[in-house]
Amino acid sequence: MTEKMAKPKGVLLVPKLSPTEQSVKAFFLICAISALGQMFIIMIFLFSEAFGLFVSTPDSQGVSLAEFFFSLDWYPTYPVPSYGSGALVAGSLAVTIVSIIMAAPLGIAMAIYLAQIAGKFGREWLKPMVELLASIPSVVLGFVGMVTIAPFMQSVLDLPTGLNVLNASIFLAIMATPTIASLGEDALSAVPQEIQDASYALGATHWETIWKVILPSSLSGLSTAVILGLGRALGETIVVLMIAGGSAQIPISLFDSVRPLTSTLAAEMGETAIGSQHYHALFALGALLFIMTLAFNLLAFFLGRHWQKNSV
Amino acid sequence: MLKAQKGYEPKRRYLREKIALFFVRSSGIFTMAVMAFILIYIVGHGISAISFSFLTEFPKDNMTAGGIFPAILGTLILALGALLTAIPLGFGAAIYLAEYARPGPLVSAIRLGVANLAGVPSVVFGLFGLALFVTEFGFGRSILSGSLTLGLLILPTVTAAAEEALRQTPQSFREAALALGASRWQAIRQVVLPAALPGMLTGAILALGRAAGETAPIIFTASAAYTLAMPDSVFREVMALSTHILNLATNGTHIEETRPQQFGSALVLLILVLGLSLVAIIIRAKLKRGRKW
Repeated sequence: MTEKMAKPKGVLLVPKLSPTEQSVKAFFLICAISALGQMFIIMIFLFSEAFGLFVSTPDSQGVSLAEFFFSLDWYPTYPVPSYGSGALVAGSLAVTIVSIIMAAPLGIAMAIYLAQIAGKFGREWLKPMVELLASIPSVVLGFVGMVTIAPFMQSVLDLPTGLNVLNASIFLAIMATPTIASLGEDALSAVPQEIQDASYALGATHWETIWKVILPSSLSGLSTAVILGLGRALGETIVVLMIAGGSAQIPISLFDSVRPLTSTLAAEMGETAIGSQHYHALFALGALLFIMTLAFNLLAFFLGRHWQKNSV
Repeated sequence: MLKAQKGYEPKRRYLREKIALFFVRSSGIFTMAVMAFILIYIVGHGISAISFSFLTEFPKDNMTAGGIFPAILGTLILALGALLTAIPLGFGAAIYLAEYARPGPLVSAIRLGVANLAGVPSVVFGLFGLALFVTEFGFGRSILSGSLTLGLLILPTVTAAAEEALRQTPQSFREAALALGASRWQAIRQVVLPAALPGMLTGAILALGRAAGETAPIIFTASAAYTLAMPDSVFREVMALSTHILNLATNGTHIEETRPQQFGSALVLLILVLGLSLVAIIIRAKLKRGRKW
């Protein structure tokens, strides 16, 4: 506040902010904007490094966009290297889709349990448990997959290796389920009590109310939860690096080994020379991954906003 | 006589109710069981590897013997470094969003940025850290590069938790301070922040656990397979628990011989990360119960 009160100039009496006040405010604004700036800087770095793959240099010819997007051959270390992302994208999609088929029903069921059925005791114990499950480091999950499910599958199903789509998907599902459950619970809890009561008043049972009233009216919130779970599974690296197998091929069955985008990055980035064509190719994969997850996030963000606006 | 619609005969409704709710209940039990299995499995196999020397010695004989002290230390250093990076920016952004911002395109854009940042895969942060900190800034593979990369990774978590804590401070606190003649910043610093700080720090502890458990962002920015000595500056590379487990379990020729080391390291990492989360969860529950507003 200024020492002397400013003379009223008009009808509005808005005291001018002191320099301290203004600079404090500016400082916090800069902090907030830096989050946005960071997003742009990440994009600039990813895309500019990725760009190097597509331009010709004296010792290598640029890769065409068509080859990068549609070729299934990822042979970065061959004498005549080939940088097709097709098989890697297929690997990523395979583990993501299979994991979400397991995680979505389980996560939503848990959300229903937490929001509608659990008593005080169940909620007090299960909710922190879900949070703890979400915070188990991915390297520990991958490791558990390596030493338990992999040998089990190998011996019981008589497979050449237990590191495959199914194994990776199981552990991705373990990672995605808590996300879906806790966001889903928020969506379910936001359904107004009145319409639930109305349903009971008409004679509906508890399950009929959940199925016909609560689930439909929280659909966009639940989809947000599932999409964010999908995004988490798609971007997860270490679990797939350890237990998806690692062969760059289009999977035909659940027991095929795959090499998702993320595990390719983690496995090869350490071995490649900075600035080489392989290095740029890996950044191109990173940019592709970034765009895919960004699309999921934007979808979830706008669905979420839509849901907030339309809730009573 | 009233007749039920097809498929809605009382018996079928009753049966459907029982079956559906049975499945919903079992989902909760199933999740508990998965959690319990993972914990018991790691504890059961890892506990025999853990001893005083395992926690305090350097690895020996191609990692098949000795301890994991440098990895524990490296993980702690990197996680704390990440927190030091994320707290000033994250708390600052949260204070702006909760205390100053008015709804508008700028605030929407910032929120969109934070939301998207939270969804960027951790390996992409690793790539970014490699391109910016390791190469462009010339920090090399180092504690500094790794901490900055992890710090950016946990920034959205820190920001969101801090904003939530600030928003839970009642509006009347601010109004009371302003009515006594405090300026905006005085009100925030002397009234709002003290009330919100425990909540903000709880979020930071959760983020610390997350940073300690991450693997992908530090593979190319900070972690060494093996170090001979303590790091003596922020430009040294360090071992970390997560990458140590990954290396032992996937690379090299001693995968079977180092199993006990792998289980031991996994147990230590799990205790560290879950311990931090548990502390945060308990503090949060206490805060909620003890809150007077």
